[in-house]
Amino acid sequence: MINFSLTTSYTDETVLLKFLGEFSLYNISSYQQQVDAINFQKFKTVRIDLREITFFDTASAIFINNLHNRLKQEQLTISIICENRDVLETLKLVQTQIGSEKTVPVKKRETFIDSVGKKTHSQLRGFFSFMAFLGELFATKIHYLKSIKNIRFKEIAFEINENGIRAFGIVALTSFLIGLVVAYQSSFQLKIYGANIFIVDMLGISILRELAPLITAIVIAGRSGSAFTAQIGAMKITQELDAMRTMGFDPYSFLVMPRIIALMISMPILIFVADIMGVLGGMVVANIDLEITTELFLERFTEVVAAKHFFIGILKGPFFAFLIASIGIYRGLMVKDDTQSIGYNTTKSVVESIFAVIVCDAVFSILFTNLGI
Amino acid sequence: MKKVIEVKGVKTIFGDNIVHDGLNLTINEGEIYGLLGPSGCGKTTLLREMVMLQKVSGGNIDVLGHSLSHIRHKEAQVLRREWGVLFQAGALFSSLSIAQNIALPLQEYTNLSEKLINEIVAFKINIVGLNLKDAHLYPSQISGGMKKKAGLARALAMDPKLLFLDEPTSGLDPISAREFDALILKLRSLLGLTVVMVSHDLQSINDTLDKVAIIDNKKIAYEGSLEGLKHSDSEFIKTFFGNKYE
Repeated sequence: MINFSLTTSYTDETVLLKFLGEFSLYNISSYQQQVDAINFQKFKTVRIDLREITFFDTASAIFINNLHNRLKQEQLTISIICENRDVLETLKLVQTQIGSEKTVPVKKRETFIDSVGKKTHSQLRGFFSFMAFLGELFATKIHYLKSIKNIRFKEIAFEINENGIRAFGIVALTSFLIGLVVAYQSSFQLKIYGANIFIVDMLGISILRELAPLITAIVIAGRSGSAFTAQIGAMKITQELDAMRTMGFDPYSFLVMPRIIALMISMPILIFVADIMGVLGGMVVANIDLEITTELFLERFTEVVAAKHFFIGILKGPFFAFLIASIGIYRGLMVKDDTQSIGYNTTKSVVESIFAVIVCDAVFSILFTNLGI
Repeated sequence: MKKVIEVKGVKTIFGDNIVHDGLNLTINEGEIYGLLGPSGCGKTTLLREMVMLQKVSGGNIDVLGHSLSHIRHKEAQVLRREWGVLFQAGALFSSLSIAQNIALPLQEYTNLSEKLINEIVAFKINIVGLNLKDAHLYPSQISGGMKKKAGLARALAMDPKLLFLDEPTSGLDPISAREFDALILKLRSLLGLTVVMVSHDLQSINDTLDKVAIIDNKKIAYEGSLEGLKHSDSEFIKTFFGNKYE
């Protein structure tokens, strides 16, 4: 059923546009086509008949208003025939509201140079604000370590449980599998040369020195780094951080330091677990695939793998932990008052902390090799 | 009357946006003082500046005799124990129960026994009209009105002289809002508080405030008693209080 229509009729110099039924958002486009088809230049007057419409909204009022203005410009006489007060008032409202500014002003488009400049500026500010964060952290650290009373053991213990002990399972499993995979892939190569026993040297050094710390750091960055960002970000949105500050509780010593210290304590322990599980994984493969017995494996292990490799791996722990925790917390503090920014900063925190860990590992690698350790 | 807060020529600028351009106002002891104005005029910003959450771009604020622009860390810590702040949504610590939230400042700043702290917490819970049964609920388990009351109890934990309230009745139903107003008045007479609040609630403004400052167009458009408002010629005052005073 069509309950609306526009009929046009022509007499000598007059066009009559008669709107019937419902006149709303939904039928304007068909009216527009009909109106566009008319060649108004042949006529002198236009009469718009709105007497028989049953519904009229602001969009249609804008349509009529635009038509009115256009025809006026073309020097035609227009008359609107209508008795309905509501319709007339809507038309009047539209006329007065539209006034001079017709559309929402379009935002000026940025040029390439603008956007490069803005990006650079914001990157630079981001860098400075991270430096400011580190500075404040350092200042708090000095204050924090001045007296044993300031150290919040309860919070630290809670965070160690949350981010250290509870991560044992996943770290153990991941490093076990990595040990398994590395051993399996290399056993295939070693068998060709009949150098089966060298699997021990290879696994011992690569797992203790590089793989265990790196795998642990990546798991912890995904696990704790993101958690720190989300926790602190949410606290910022709910104004909990503001509340702490007004009560005189410094968020740095209540939230930031315990997390950093807890992670710096947990990380070496987790790396130790990863060492054990990684070597165990390798041992299983060596046993099954290369027929190296456990006794032989362990004997060879003590013979060829120096303790320094183990200590280097463990030593990396606190450094990685500091990077992960401080980036996670910094990103949490950067959260703005909207929900989108939690997601954005959490993603950033994980990506940046994994990146930072790898860069740090590379630096260590070069440093230790050059030092001959 | 003793001055509690004095705001002198405060300017606030965010980027290109000037929020305050030379605000002056004085809050005396025992007053319930309201900061009013159209949205975006910087009422909450001024409140945040008074509690040292934000720095002013120019001018100075004196709170309880301390100049906030030149305050040392130690002094600031002392000052922070002398006021209580209630945030718009309560801002309770979500990892702690209501009772733990209220007890936290007492545990941190005093060496009172566990038993006495418990008694103080129970007293504060009663005074704000919360049920003691609910003391062990967590912030996520209680309603908005209860959060505000719990936030108020926490703000009162250290028996402050000065109380800051950021839109205390927003988001409450009319009955709870009137109860909250009555509570503020009761607390003022019981504890001799000075209260500074930001509010939009006309009823609450009329019922509780002794003095108001209206911020409009970056300046103080009016400061004084509610009765004096009808003589003001600010556009905002006319529309906001229009029905009442014209």
